[in-house]
Order: sequence, then structure tokens, then C-alpha cells
Amino acid sequence: MAREYKPQIVTANDLFEGDVVYFTASHDWVRDLGGAVVAYSKEAAETLLGHASDQQDKVVGPYLAEVVMGEDNRPEPAHFREAFRTRGPSNYFHGKQAEA
Amino acid sequence: MYKYNDFDEAFVRNRVAEFREQVERRVDGSLTEDEFKPLRLKNGLYLQLHAYMLRVAVPYGTLNSTQMRQLALIAERFDKGYGHFTTRQNIQFNWPRLKDVPEILELLADVEMHAIQTSGNCIRNVTADHFAGAALDEIEDPRPTAELLRQWSTDHPEFQYLPRKFKIAITGAPNDRAVTKAHDIGLRMVRSEAGDPGYEVIVGGGLGRTPMVGKTVRDFLPKADLLPYLEAIMQVYNLSGRRDNKYKARIKILVHETGLDEIKEMIEEAFERQKRDFRGPPSELLEMIEEAFAPPLFDNTQSLAFDHAQEANPAFRSFVETNVAAHKNPAYGIVSVSLKPIGGTPGDATAEQMRTLADLAEAYGHDELRVSHEQNIILPHVRKADIPAVYARLREAGLATANIGLVSDIIACPGMDYCALATARSIPIAQQISTRFDELKLEREIGPLKIKISGCINACGHHHVGHIGILGLDKAGKENYQITLGGDGTETATIGERTGPGFDAEDLIQAIEAIIETYLGLREDTSETFLQAYRRVGAEPFKQAIYARPEDEARAA
Ligand code: SF4
Repeated sequence: MAREYKPQIVTANDLFEGDVVYFTASHDWVRDLGGAVVAYSKEAAETLLGHASDQQDKVVGPYLAEVVMGEDNRPEPAHFREAFRTRGPSNYFHGKQAEA
Repeated sequence: MYKYNDFDEAFVRNRVAEFREQVERRVDGSLTEDEFKPLRLKNGLYLQLHAYMLRVAVPYGTLNSTQMRQLALIAERFDKGYGHFTTRQNIQFNWPRLKDVPEILELLADVEMHAIQTSGNCIRNVTADHFAGAALDEIEDPRPTAELLRQWSTDHPEFQYLPRKFKIAITGAPNDRAVTKAHDIGLRMVRSEAGDPGYEVIVGGGLGRTPMVGKTVRDFLPKADLLPYLEAIMQVYNLSGRRDNKYKARIKILVHETGLDEIKEMIEEAFERQKRDFRGPPSELLEMIEEAFAPPLFDNTQSLAFDHAQEANPAFRSFVETNVAAHKNPAYGIVSVSLKPIGGTPGDATAEQMRTLADLAEAYGHDELRVSHEQNIILPHVRKADIPAVYARLREAGLATANIGLVSDIIACPGMDYCALATARSIPIAQQISTRFDELKLEREIGPLKIKISGCINACGHHHVGHIGILGLDKAGKENYQITLGGDGTETATIGERTGPGFDAEDLIQAIEAIIETYLGLREDTSETFLQAYRRVGAEPFKQAIYARPEDEARAA
């Protein structure tokens, strides 16, 4: 039986800085998950990943990650790994949490 | 210490120049990531969760003060003011930017360091006993051999495309502080019946998905035969090691699947061939290496300052108890500097702390420093009379935690706070355990106890050989921690046994506490260590203690 489809976004690491980035509707990259474009079907997700993967000159290792839709219809990480990626390490106040 | 010769210098500089070009070509788009990734990995550059990470080799864990200061400079300029010392005796920088890496490598080359072969399916940095050259129980300093192995294995064409990564550890002492039995090859110095030093050769140890204790393939190998013998092992591995399945590609699987007797035969056969053609390294080279590791000129003046300071200052006395080990020269001590402050990140040192360590090594330590696989820093040669002064400086720098070998001296891999392969975090677990036991004020009462934590099955945190091992996993989208007990990384190496179902982070600390309380309750007297007690009574009483509560039983069901 097919698993129920969960909305997905495309994320990667910036080629130059190495930090976490998200793919937007205008096929650009932003630092904040809230700005990511959400794919609501498997096909849409694959098309999105295809476009993102064409941008090898900007990012490294784009992949699809599941999200849940929160308040104001903003995507939020579905898995703890992705939640950590939106923040940074927990032992120091470094990374995204310090830059917000 | 070993000094680069012209060849080493040119080799490392060329690699930096080459990598600088590769980075430029990646940035201008002429290299794709698929093309670039193997190149950057060959130069120690990983991409982690939040940033790039540069892993710098500290050959056999030995550093001088100039090198340590350079690491401090790099930490300050290109990282966020600190560096992370690893269980492979390396240092990792967690926040470099791609464009800065060639410059960092240049700075490293300035002090005879590099990041070559810290990744990929090659022979990695050779690790060694961190007390090498200083320990009272040592037969011979193993580092000349380690340096020889470094030169032999660096860029050796036959070993660039091994089935999998390959790790060699070496110790010159019967007490194994280098975990030689958990390496692809472990070398343990022993004496022949005639009294000559040579090596016991252990093959096929390793942790990770399939943890195994290495097996002895040679009880005694004369030192002169070492290179052809290792070449024989590498040949057997290169030809017969599995390349079809990444998880079965380490030499431990080959040894296991082939059987010890047959592997021994294969190695000995290859060795006969190798030995015939082997001319050996030029004797000048060997002499030069041996000279480089000649012991420093020790100052044998006796002094009572050390004893007096211990009488006068109980805090200093307890520091000496845990952090000072016996030196081969009775006027000296080996000082272990703990990078495990209560509630801190195991293995991290700030740039400032690195400079303090460099200063101390220069002023009081014959300019030598070591990185231990237990993620601490060692000043191997300190005159006892100077230890009180060293201690005072360490205190000011926040480096005087007196916990070596105790419950808060925890090994923890970076886990999911940094590592892209992680299935759960390890650092916060270490922080919580050390904070908790500090509150309980039980650390000294508990005595020697090694807790080791890994954030995934790759076991960089050596959890299988922890007296208490903790493995972080992802259980249905939640961090979950499995406990193993009774592991041992020394000459009596043992893989720990899993207690049963894992624990959520919130319940884990309680379980660890219950295990330790159980030990305190059942030990015969204070001299019976946790490991000894575990070996005597087995896992059962501990399991009962941690799974006794009804909610745990429900979870276990
Ligand atoms: S054990 Fe796993 S999580 Fe920890 S450093 Fe190694 S690969 Fe990363």
C-alpha cells in the first residue's frame, strides 16, 4: 500500500559557506526554512529536486526532506535531524541560531 | 620530534598548491561536486550538518608548542575560536569556509602539518600510545616505527584504493593505551626470548557495525621485518578483501570469513615473497628517524617541592592522583590535561587554552604535547618539581579538571550536533552525565570507569569498548540510546554486551545512575573496579536495576 504522501522541501548545504540552505519557489536558495517552497506531491517534489540539482555551482548535496505544515502554513521540520539543521549544534550557540 | 626533510616539505607544499587549484576549479564551476568530493576528502575536508569540517592529522598524536599555537591561530581565524580533538588523535575544525581551506592548509604546512589521508579508503593516520617515550612500563618508544609507517603509507600507490579505510595503532608498552586490538592492524611491542624488542601483530580488530577484537597473526615479529610483513598483510587484503559490499569490506570481515589459520598462511606466504625483494629503507633514514625521537635531556635534580605541594594543597593532591602518571625518569611525571570540564564538550579546547598548553609545554615540558585517543592533551615530560606550577596555570585556564579515568572523563564523538552520518546526538549526553555525577559528588568513590558514547553505529566514540558504552540511534523519529556493559579497550580487550532495549534521552541518565549504584552496592570493596565487578557478576544485576521499573518493562515488551 502506498504510504501517505508527506509534504517535502529541498535542502542542501551552501557550496561556499557550507551552511544549510533551502530551495525557494523562484529557484533560489535561502537560509530560513520558512522561505522554502513546499512540494505537495511526489511528482512536484521530484521536479523540484531536479531543478535544485542543476545548481551544482551554488550548493552541495540537495535532497528532499519531509516537513509538517505549521502556523501560517509555514513548513517545519518533520524529523529531529532537520530540526537541528535549522538551528545549529546544541553544545554552543553557533550556527543558524546565532545568526537569526 | 621528527622534522620534515626536503622531500616531505615539497610533498606537502605541492599538495596544498594542487588543492588550491582544485578549490578554484570547483568554485568557478569547472569541477562538479561528484568530481570534487573525492579530492576534498583526500585533503581531509568533509561537509557536515552545518558547515565544512577540516580534519587535520596529528601523526601518532605528537605535537610541539609551535604546532599547537598554529592550531590556536587557525581556530581563532577560521573557526569559532576552538578546535575539537578526536578519538583518532586528530583535530577537527568545525566551521571553515571552502575558500579559506587552502590558506589553512598553507598555515599547517608552515608548521609541518597537513590533512592528507585523514579520509578515504587509504591507510589513515597511525595512532600511538599517548604516553609513548615517557611511560614507565614502556619497552621502547613506538613512534620511530609509527613515523616510518607514516612515510611508507603516505601516497603509497598500492594503498590508495583499498577496499575500505585502514587504521593502524601501535604501542611500545605491555599495557595497551592505544586500543591496538580494535584496529585493522595493531602492533604491540614485546620482547623475544633473547630479549630483543619486536612486535606482536594483531589483525582484524575494529568497532563499527560489526565489532571485533583483533586476532594475533604473529606472536613475535622482529622489527626489521615489519615493513615487508605489513606489505604482505596489505597485499592479502587488497587482493582478497571484499569490494562488493561496503559493510563487509574491512579486513576484520576477511579475517573472520577466511578463518585465522588460513589468513596466517596467506600472510606468511606473501611475506616470504615480499621479504625476498625487500631492501628496506636506507639505514640513514632509519637513523635519522630514531634520532628525531631521542628522549630529551632530563634534569635529574631531586626536589621535595612536589611532595610538599601535595601535602599543602588537597586539590593539587587529587589532581596528582588522577592526572599524573609514572614517568620512566623518577624525577618526572606525565601530566594528562583533561579536556572534559564538568558539563563541557569532550575534546574541545579554545584557542586560548591551546596557547596555554603550548606555553606550558615550552616552559616545563621539553616542548612536547600529545593528543590522546581519549580526547585529552598530555604533557609527557614534566619535572615533578614543576608540576605545582603547571597545575596553577592549568587552573587559571580552566584546564585543571582532576578526572582522568573517572566517570566524567567521557569519550563522545561529535554526534548529531555536527556529524552528517549521526543518528542521534552524543555531546549533550556526555554533558548531562558529567553534570549529574558532579552533583552527586560520587566520582572518586566510584573510581576508574570509562564511559564512551557514539552518535551512530560507526562507533567513533568507541562505545563497544567502554566499561559503559552508549550508542545513539534514531528510533522512529526519536533519539534513543542503547547501553552496552563490560567493554574494554586495553590488552584484555572485550566488546561490551548490550543490556537490552534502549532509552530515551530523559531516561538514560537515570539508567546510567542505576547501573553505577548497582555497582557500588555489589562491589567486594573499594578496590574492585566497575569492570572487575562486572566480570565477576555478569550483566544480570545491572539489567535488573535498569529494567526494573514497570514502565521500562512495558517499553521492553
Ligand atoms: S560515531 Fe557516527 S555520529 Fe559519531 S562521529 Fe562517527 S560517524 Fe559521526
